[in-house]
Amino acid sequence: MENKGQGTGYVSDFLELLGGWILNGIEEIGKVIMLFFNALVWTFQPPFFFKNTIKQMLEVGVHSIPVVLITATFTGMVLALQTHTGFQRFNAESLVGTVVALSMTRELGPVLTGLIVAGRAGSAMAAELGTMRVTEQIDALYTLATNPIKYLVVPRLIAGLVMLPIMTVLSDIVGIYGGLFVSVTILDANQTVYLRRTWDYLEYNDIYSGLLKAAVFGLIISLIGCYKGFYTQGGAEGVGKATTGSVVISSMLILISDYFMTAILF
Amino acid sequence: MIKIVELSKSFGENHVLQGVDLEIKEGESMVVIGGSGSGKSVLIKHIIGILRPDTGRIYVAGEDIAQVSEHELNQVRKKFGMLFQAAALFDSLSVWENVGFGLKQHTRLSNKEIREKAREKLAMVGLYDVEDLRPSELSGGMQKRVGLARAIAMEPQILLYDEPTTGLDPINADMINNLIIDMREKLNVTSVAITHDMVSAYKIADRIAMLYRGKILQIGAPSEIQATENPYVRQFIAGSAVGPITEDLEKELMERSAK
Repeated sequence: MENKGQGTGYVSDFLELLGGWILNGIEEIGKVIMLFFNALVWTFQPPFFFKNTIKQMLEVGVHSIPVVLITATFTGMVLALQTHTGFQRFNAESLVGTVVALSMTRELGPVLTGLIVAGRAGSAMAAELGTMRVTEQIDALYTLATNPIKYLVVPRLIAGLVMLPIMTVLSDIVGIYGGLFVSVTILDANQTVYLRRTWDYLEYNDIYSGLLKAAVFGLIISLIGCYKGFYTQGGAEGVGKATTGSVVISSMLILISDYFMTAILF
Repeated sequence: MIKIVELSKSFGENHVLQGVDLEIKEGESMVVIGGSGSGKSVLIKHIIGILRPDTGRIYVAGEDIAQVSEHELNQVRKKFGMLFQAAALFDSLSVWENVGFGLKQHTRLSNKEIREKAREKLAMVGLYDVEDLRPSELSGGMQKRVGLARAIAMEPQILLYDEPTTGLDPINADMINNLIIDMREKLNVTSVAITHDMVSAYKIADRIAMLYRGKILQIGAPSEIQATENPYVRQFIAGSAVGPITEDLEKELMERSAK
């Protein structure tokens, strides 16, 4: 009897814990969605903070460009190496360019750019807003009759939405040329053939779908970064947790939403 | 000017405010005293609408700010200036941009005019030639002065002070006290301060209200508070470790550990 009692104790403890997680999860999702709609409403109400938006675009976009370019170049290069190894086995080396181009534009360009920007700019958003929260700077904005969602969140969302597709275009281009470089210099491919195979098989749809994904990823990164920062609690430790949390959650959301967008839309 | 009726607010299981009634007259300087966790920060954040009450009403110049939309609340907030405990200056902006923040958002003044105004307000709090510094380059006392200059920049009717002297040395604390008195005389504002610094409270208050466990225990002129019969208020103003507040706390800790 005693054993049985203990057993159900563990089960109910476990269920309680599980229920708690689920409730917390639902609450958080609700808060993220509320923040998003709040920001959406404020986006179209003057005054507009152009200067803040430009500053965030620099932060999200321009300052992330070097690391995005390096990543995309080497991804394109390794992709060429790997595909060549595989395709050599059935004499399809001439299609390496096609595979590199399709993989970059449809998948790796937007996803890798998203993951890098999540680590670089999304975390910075969470840290900055989190610090502003714990030092009462966000409250101070309220007292100066300035809505912090409008002043802080809206510019970041716009920056993410606009800059991610732009950076994805750049990473697509350097990825394709990275693949070309490896194919021509190491794998003895013909440059003209490589480029023709790339352009012949690449459809506008491949590029558009990648850019649409990038825009969604940009929104996810900014939204999660802002959400985590905006609702930070508990001093320096809280800011640390918010920063880590923003990177973990937005990276996961990028990969999950990537699958569903691919499966449903393209 | 400000009338708070039956204000209650809970955060989860934590019932921070439990029916606070408080009236602050126009031009009056009200100081709310209370220990850590008594709910005084939460109270002041309700007055300016950063927090919304669970139940109760808060009238500011006749308008119930518990009922208005976020947009209307922004208009009400223009009547206020607030000095935060750690000044809460925007660290991404320079000193003059901090002081002129409200002017930049809500007026059509040029940057040059805003800078001039900021200079003027900084002079009022006794700071000169700091406009182009960053907040992080200033000492704690100077940051509070800049915070005060920012609070008065829009010429508010009501000034709120969140622990204005906490974290300052006695001399700087007294200078802030003098500035608070100064502001009231020069600008004719209504002010509400929360503090646990009794020296400061006696100096700047017309009336003092003691907040304890989410309720107002006593309201009165500094002389009345000093002569109080209430054992809780007496323990607090004497700053003694022995008394009913300590007993309540110990009882609560016992109950909690018994669980």
